[in-house]
Amino acid sequence: MKYIGENLLPGQLGHFFILLSLVSAGLSTISYFFAAQQPESNESKDWKKLGRISFIIQALSVTAIFSLLFFIIQNHLFEYHYAWKHSSRSLEFKYLLACFWEGQEGSFLLWNLCQAILGLVLIRKAGSWESPVMTTVSFAQFALSTMVMGLYIAGWKMGSNPFILLRDSGVLDNAPALHVNFDISQPLLPDYLSSIKDGNDLNPLLQNYWMVIHPPVLFMGFASTLIPFAYAIAGLWTKKHDHWTTPALPWSLFSTAVLGVGIMMGGMWAYESLSFGGYWAWDPVENASLVPWMTGVAGLHTLLICRATSHSLRATYLFFILTFLFILYSTFLTRSGILGETSVHAFTDLGMNWQLLAFLLIFAIPSLFFFFRSFNKIPTVPQEEEINSREFWMFIGALVIFLSALVIIGQTSLPVFNKIFGTTIAPPADVEFSYNSIQLYVALILAVLTAVSHYLKYKSTSRTFFWKKMLIPALISAIAGALFLIFGEVNYQKKGVVFHYSITLTILFSFYTIITNASYIWVGIKGNINKAGGSIAHVGFGMVLTGILLSSANKEIISTNVNGIPAPLGEGENPQENLTLVQGLPVTMGNYTLTYLKDSAHPKKPLWFYKIQFKNQKEKEDFILTPNAFVNYKGNQGLMANPDARHYWDHDVFTYITSLPDPENQKDTATFKSYLQQQGDTLFYSNGFMIFDSIQTRDNLPKELFGEEGKLFEVPIRVKSKTGTSYLVTGRAAFVKGQWISLSDTLVSEGLILQLQEANPKGTVRLGIKESDALLKYVTLKAYRYPFVKVLWYGVWLTAIGLLLSMINRIRKNRTANMIS
Amino acid sequence: MKKIHLVLLVLIAISIGVLISFTNTTSTYDTIGTAMSKPGKYVHLMAKLDKSAPLEYDAIKNPNYLRFTAVDSLGLSVAVIYNNAKPENLEMSERLVLKGRYKDGAFQCEEIQTKCPSKYKEEEAKGLKHPGNQPVPRTAP
Repeated sequence: MKYIGENLLPGQLGHFFILLSLVSAGLSTISYFFAAQQPESNESKDWKKLGRISFIIQALSVTAIFSLLFFIIQNHLFEYHYAWKHSSRSLEFKYLLACFWEGQEGSFLLWNLCQAILGLVLIRKAGSWESPVMTTVSFAQFALSTMVMGLYIAGWKMGSNPFILLRDSGVLDNAPALHVNFDISQPLLPDYLSSIKDGNDLNPLLQNYWMVIHPPVLFMGFASTLIPFAYAIAGLWTKKHDHWTTPALPWSLFSTAVLGVGIMMGGMWAYESLSFGGYWAWDPVENASLVPWMTGVAGLHTLLICRATSHSLRATYLFFILTFLFILYSTFLTRSGILGETSVHAFTDLGMNWQLLAFLLIFAIPSLFFFFRSFNKIPTVPQEEEINSREFWMFIGALVIFLSALVIIGQTSLPVFNKIFGTTIAPPADVEFSYNSIQLYVALILAVLTAVSHYLKYKSTSRTFFWKKMLIPALISAIAGALFLIFGEVNYQKKGVVFHYSITLTILFSFYTIITNASYIWVGIKGNINKAGGSIAHVGFGMVLTGILLSSANKEIISTNVNGIPAPLGEGENPQENLTLVQGLPVTMGNYTLTYLKDSAHPKKPLWFYKIQFKNQKEKEDFILTPNAFVNYKGNQGLMANPDARHYWDHDVFTYITSLPDPENQKDTATFKSYLQQQGDTLFYSNGFMIFDSIQTRDNLPKELFGEEGKLFEVPIRVKSKTGTSYLVTGRAAFVKGQWISLSDTLVSEGLILQLQEANPKGTVRLGIKESDALLKYVTLKAYRYPFVKVLWYGVWLTAIGLLLSMINRIRKNRTANMIS
Repeated sequence: MKKIHLVLLVLIAISIGVLISFTNTTSTYDTIGTAMSKPGKYVHLMAKLDKSAPLEYDAIKNPNYLRFTAVDSLGLSVAVIYNNAKPENLEMSERLVLKGRYKDGAFQCEEIQTKCPSKYKEEEAKGLKHPGNQPVPRTAP
């Protein structure tokens, strides 16, 4: 059967390149393996050459797959299931990339592409380490390529193919209108494609610019953890235990920077586009990417110790191996659907759980086996670390961050334990606090260690040296801390006094971290910017801690109210956070007066923008926030709200819609009641009364439109509500060709429709009154004030800049060392 | 024994202690019957919205008061009070995870997780007649 209008070429090419990428990755793995097994032999060179060529072919294939799939999405080729499912014609160009990685297949491809790029860099730069390292990298490419295969082997589904056609995906099987004779057992109509006008579109929550940039950075971070892992495996394999640490260090720095930024970009997306009111919720998906970052940071620090003192090599091996394994574990958690109830934004289950598990185990079992078998052969230093040495405290810091990562992943894995042991344990009542109550103390310890470690020397530090250098930064910190205690405050009472003071203490120590590390650039390394990477990164880390603590602890709910009435909270009253704003009615709460001004609609989508005016009495300023919401968007019944925020240097004001009038209840059931009124009579309605004083008449109307007796009447009506507010409404009616035509006027805030039904110039009118809730235009929203969120964002960037500076410095050093040797 | 090994042991002991204390704070997944049998205890109640019973929510009167009836697969039902805005897809959801406590004859809910039918599966069954192919009527104010 031939179908009209299908463009099958990109798909066929896609299938071909998927196969090619799998085969070439496999070939590359085998070739590099043999090249690494006999490094001295003559064949080694040929194997290595073959490995290189096949890896380059693999990289080109992935690029081709990537381009073809993007071509399909960009040209709206809805004959392909992926384009139909994830994009639409109304989607802006900038979001087409976001469509690409909305699905599992696209995000696997992105990961594959990132690893391919890093692999190409390794081929150029890795030198004598190329073969053993690239064996692991190629094998990872092979394993990732199976994820987009889309084969069924004896009933097991292997991979999910992004080039599958819509008509083969099963989506159309139950659509009689698209089949011959309206019978679904018959084949599809040859011109079925002409009925498929548009795709399902990108989830509106992902229609945000962060979703264009966050996934590539995050997946580059995921991919980058493979390289220190591959070096560690290569070290175990070649038994050159101390050599691999030199080339692995810049990669470890790169990985920490990129993965960290990728994770926090996800936080920025959540902050700007999700409506849980924050940047971090300890959601399993977030934790699953944070944990490998933390173990990677632990590995980075033990690696530095190892470079300087030869201590901690075993720990370095373990940390880098676990970092990559945790990436695979996080892939399993977020893509298998096992998180189910506990996560709000995991991928949907594609039925490839066994494959995801195999992906994890095929790396976990051999690498851990290798590690523990070689454990006793990994060189150690018999001499103990001095308690006044840098390496001692750095190691403790690495250990604390590593154990804290284990605790987080343990808590996150609750659904996995339930699955394995058949239990039904649910997360605790206050999930966030179950993490915060532990991690606050981890932050406290890390802040102290980060603050002092650079002032200690490797091997041993004399007391006079330490205090001479530390004196001024410690004094500045003490002053800053005192100023904070006097002028600043921590408003977090709900978890008790101990927690409150712990937060305060941690904030003071995070100041200390910032100040000592910033001072170290001058005190320690005399302003040498090449060496300043570590200090800059630690200043950034201190700012991240400060930003997190200040913004979370001092988050202020602007929309607090009691039983819907905005009121100052009394003792023991439970603050409730949703506030309803009726259009045009200002509501004052705390320092802010909020008014719902008006709304407007997106020209193409069911997306509404609500203009909310914020007036701050104290700071004498007003501004408008425009949170928006998708309403009943393409199968997503209900509301999908996007917040809006106004950013200041020291705080953000943040609001989002939580509820809108239900259109079902909006049906206008009330009817007009008619009243005959004399001039000056008072007419009551449920919420007040109204009077009319005069009737204005207009004659001389065009006869062809109004007929012989045509007249226009205007009656100004004064409405006075119980609350004391007065309104002036003008009723209008026309007498046209012997018939009355009435125009209604509405008084939104009173829920009132007035209709002048008849008018007699002698002084009587017939007034129609309708009272209806449906008239009330309102929004229900939450509004927050977040102090010092910017400190967090700048801290993230500064940490990344510091890490990359270090990376450049280390690459330069390695190069010089190579030249000398 | 090296000092660093001592520190290692202490920290591991603390971590294990922390994880054990975490397991003490965890709650349970419950049906309406078992939730009612332990009033005041925080549970995850698995149920669904009883569409035949009235649902009370008026954002103008009080945007933080929602009352509805939940039923579970065993046929029991309970009144649920939720002091927050009504989740917009409540009526559409096929399953609810209600987090809170049974107290004073009603389930005092602190958090509602709605589980909606997969938008694709649903539409696939109907054969492409998803709202995306039709002009969407303006339903919001």
